[in-house]
Amino acid sequence: MLEAQQLATQRGPVTLFTDVDFVLGSGEALVVSGANGSGKTTLLRVTAGLTHASRGSIKWRGNAIAPFDSELRAAVLYIGHATALKDELNAEENLLALASLNAASTPDRAAAREALAAWSLDRQRGLFARVLSQGQRRRVALARLNLARRPLWVLDEPATAIDAAGVAQLERLIASHLSRGGIAVIATHQDLAIEAGRTRALRLS
Amino acid sequence: MTSSINWFRFASPASFFPLAQRLAPWFAVSAALLAIVGIYLGFFVAPTDAQQGEAYRIIFIHVPAAWVSMFIYIVMAFWCAMSLTFNTRLAAMMAQALAPTGALFTFIALWTGALWGKPTWGTYWAWDARMTSELILLFLYFGYMALRNAIDDPRRADRASAVLALVGAINVPIIYFSVKWWNTLHQGASVSLTSAPTMARIMVAGMLVMAFAAWFYAIAVTLLRVQAIILERERATGWVGELAGAARGAK
Amino acid sequence: MTPFDAAIAGETSAGAWSGVGWAVARDLRLALRSKAELGVQLLFYVIVVSLFPLGVGPEPALLRAIGPGVLWVAALLASLLSLSRIFGSDFGDGALEQMALSPYPLPALISGKIAAHWLTGGLPLVVISPLLGMQFGLSGGELTVLSAGLLLGTPILSLLGAIGAALTLGLRAGGGLLALLILPLYVPVLIFGAGAVDAVRGGQSGGAQLSLLAAGLLVAIVGAPLASATAVRIALD
Repeated sequence: MLEAQQLATQRGPVTLFTDVDFVLGSGEALVVSGANGSGKTTLLRVTAGLTHASRGSIKWRGNAIAPFDSELRAAVLYIGHATALKDELNAEENLLALASLNAASTPDRAAAREALAAWSLDRQRGLFARVLSQGQRRRVALARLNLARRPLWVLDEPATAIDAAGVAQLERLIASHLSRGGIAVIATHQDLAIEAGRTRALRLS
Repeated sequence: MTSSINWFRFASPASFFPLAQRLAPWFAVSAALLAIVGIYLGFFVAPTDAQQGEAYRIIFIHVPAAWVSMFIYIVMAFWCAMSLTFNTRLAAMMAQALAPTGALFTFIALWTGALWGKPTWGTYWAWDARMTSELILLFLYFGYMALRNAIDDPRRADRASAVLALVGAINVPIIYFSVKWWNTLHQGASVSLTSAPTMARIMVAGMLVMAFAAWFYAIAVTLLRVQAIILERERATGWVGELAGAARGAK
Repeated sequence: MTPFDAAIAGETSAGAWSGVGWAVARDLRLALRSKAELGVQLLFYVIVVSLFPLGVGPEPALLRAIGPGVLWVAALLASLLSLSRIFGSDFGDGALEQMALSPYPLPALISGKIAAHWLTGGLPLVVISPLLGMQFGLSGGELTVLSAGLLLGTPILSLLGAIGAALTLGLRAGGGLLALLILPLYVPVLIFGAGAVDAVRGGQSGGAQLSLLAAGLLVAIVGAPLASATAVRIALD
């Protein structure tokens, strides 16, 4: 369902990556690794439809992905390095805002509270994002995964700044997403325990 | 530039470059010849004006410069529209090459307008509709060039400045209309061209010839500038490398 | 058909109006909570307007003559000052990316943001302008037309300004570049806004100028969010 052929990207004179090929079907995940500056973030942004590739093709369900393509926007959940949290909103408000933005529908407050509780943020849900720690902010951002009903997850280094319990929660969410037939593209430095049979690995150099 | 040949053959910088090299000298020579004819008509043949004396002759530079400054903006906006529609680098490079020349002619129009104004109406700057609009046009050119300059990534610079140029182009008639309205509200007589000496045919001819001279000069300079832009932006490609190597070898 | 397709189909369609609502509600809440930012534009307006009598002398006839122009130019400058906050923080923390990837149409989201920006920035100027106008000796009729003009014009300033703000997202160049890009576009608004007051002064109604401003507002409401969305995508790409 997600297919890339000979994907290559240049930014100015710098070539970020070349000859990227992969085919992901329902229930499969692509784990992208590579040194800093190897183009992981750009590859993920191309996959999410945020930016353009210089050469090659990438297709979602058979249709070529152009940046900000409307079909892809209805299908993707992208969590990048930036958490998109607003300092002036509390954890619960932030989660509701982002969830409703992504789903284009009114948020379910109860589900949001459940999601925050699953990430051990129940007591912090009324705190402004300004006073949350890095790890807590990342967990609020990841709580979107509990609420999302999107077939394509694009996650850029999701396990940054979270502890072992958080990583385990993340792995559980990814596993259930894949078993529901979803697709995930994940860039990561750390090892994430994802069912081997469902995982493709891509190393960018 | 209009052409009846297959347009898209020249849509790549690599194939347009030799064409620009060949065309530029022709336009430069034509411009020089037209300028000679135009200056002769304007400064030697056209009669002395009854009211304004010899000073009026500066309109043979002022008016063509103003016409060309506006025309270049339209052409620049056209290339910007092409670059956004077809996502081509060359169209954006043409717009990039045109802007400085457009700004130059706007500047010339403003200065010569002031020099005309002083002996004719007693003041260098009278805030009339045309001159004020010309001043705003100068800001539009500067804005385009400043935005291009401020963005490092060439592709983003192309696209952002194209959007700006198109927004500007849409607004130019609105701005001109509003300034014209403002001027008639606040000032009785307008220091417009037509209230100046009734145009003897020879004067119109002189201005037209100078306008073409200015236009061909603009084309020649733009073709030269676009060659430099192409070489700089395409410096990583093979054909530019070969050109550079050949140039080095020839020394 | 995966469970996802059923879920997507079940959700309300990504209507433009819902997108506007999402953006207005969120941005208003953000603006009202960061009170420090709120008053700045209004304060700047009052200070700039007060500088003119200090600069030209307090002679009533002179102040009356320059009043409409001063009040309008100060509104332009106050609007210019505030433009960076339309997209600035969202661009910095990644929220703008999320908006660009949302099923909601980006122009709709941007319209909502601009509306919230105007409600918290431009509208206060409209409200305080009669007070400042009295300091310049404007008559009742003139004050009415001044306020009406600002009511129509300040949203246009926010809308056009958003295009400039979107084009200059993330650039180091600073406020001077934005001023260069936007002020030429502001000129017609200034001319007709101040011109309406002058018309009243000359015995007319000022209706023609206000109608032109209204027409401009309609065009801007339709066109500016589209142009801004294009510019935002160019900046994110």
